[in-house]
Amino acid sequence: MKISVIITLKKDVLDPQGKVIHQTLDGMGFEGINEVRQGKYFEIDTNESDKKKAEEKVEEMCKKLLANLVIEDFKIIGSQ
Amino acid sequence: MHSSVITFPGSNCDRDMDVALKKFGFKNKMVWHDDVELPKSDLVVLPGGFSYGDYLRCGSMASKSKIMKSVLNFAQGGGKVMGICNGFQILVESGLLPGVLLRNKYLEFICKNVFVKANNKNNSYFKDDKKDIYKFHIAHNEGNYFCSKEQIKEINDNNQIALFYSDENGNVNEQSNPNGSLQNIAGIFNKQKNILGMMPHPERMIDPALSGEDGSIFFENLINNLK
Repeated sequence: MKISVIITLKKDVLDPQGKVIHQTLDGMGFEGINEVRQGKYFEIDTNESDKKKAEEKVEEMCKKLLANLVIEDFKIIGSQ
Repeated sequence: MHSSVITFPGSNCDRDMDVALKKFGFKNKMVWHDDVELPKSDLVVLPGGFSYGDYLRCGSMASKSKIMKSVLNFAQGGGKVMGICNGFQILVESGLLPGVLLRNKYLEFICKNVFVKANNKNNSYFKDDKKDIYKFHIAHNEGNYFCSKEQIKEINDNNQIALFYSDENGNVNEQSNPNGSLQNIAGIFNKQKNILGMMPHPERMIDPALSGEDGSIFFENLINNLK
């Protein structure tokens, strides 16, 4: 089963990369952008065939390594 | 006094630290990250560098390496552990120190001499040090210290801030903050003050011909305190 996870910075954490991307998009003429936040995306392919178990495993991976919960949130966005 | 410097894949200040520790009287051993046991140590140092290429988050991979189990046990038993630069990042990722080191505020790799001011000298690292303000070198891309509101309150309540970025007169202000660190934090302790993490490199300031000697003062004092 393949699990997809996104990791984003928490709302009150400064994201200077997102800010620079925002400014660049503004400079390129894209209008009406309120904010850009940059994050990370992971695809984890496991042998586990049970969706619930696979997601639980990935959740544990996020808490222990993939995300730093002081500054980041994670969200499992798909399992297939 | 026995010290150990851990080398991770991508560490690049490990040999500088070895030279510095030996110069001031430590019997130092280099320890590979894949080793399981720490040699007998009065001080364990996690050196600067780019462990695991800074993949995922700086220090995150190194904090899970084999030797870190022994380092964790050593630290939790009151052993002295000092992390410099990437070593500081490894300490926060391992949970031995609170908070995290974010990308520098202005997205630049900073490599320059700065002044730092000791905040709490009631510990083995700074006790009786004749200096309060040191000229140290910094070289990092992720040195912007950050933590939650609850954590910073706890850090201040327990007097855990070790060093502030300051000017040469010891003024701690926005102009003397090179990377956007919360409250100008350059280094912190754990609650018990046996673990120290800091971004500046004292090991780069031990040669009167090449640098200043503020690092020499730091190491001389440290070994005296540990005796």
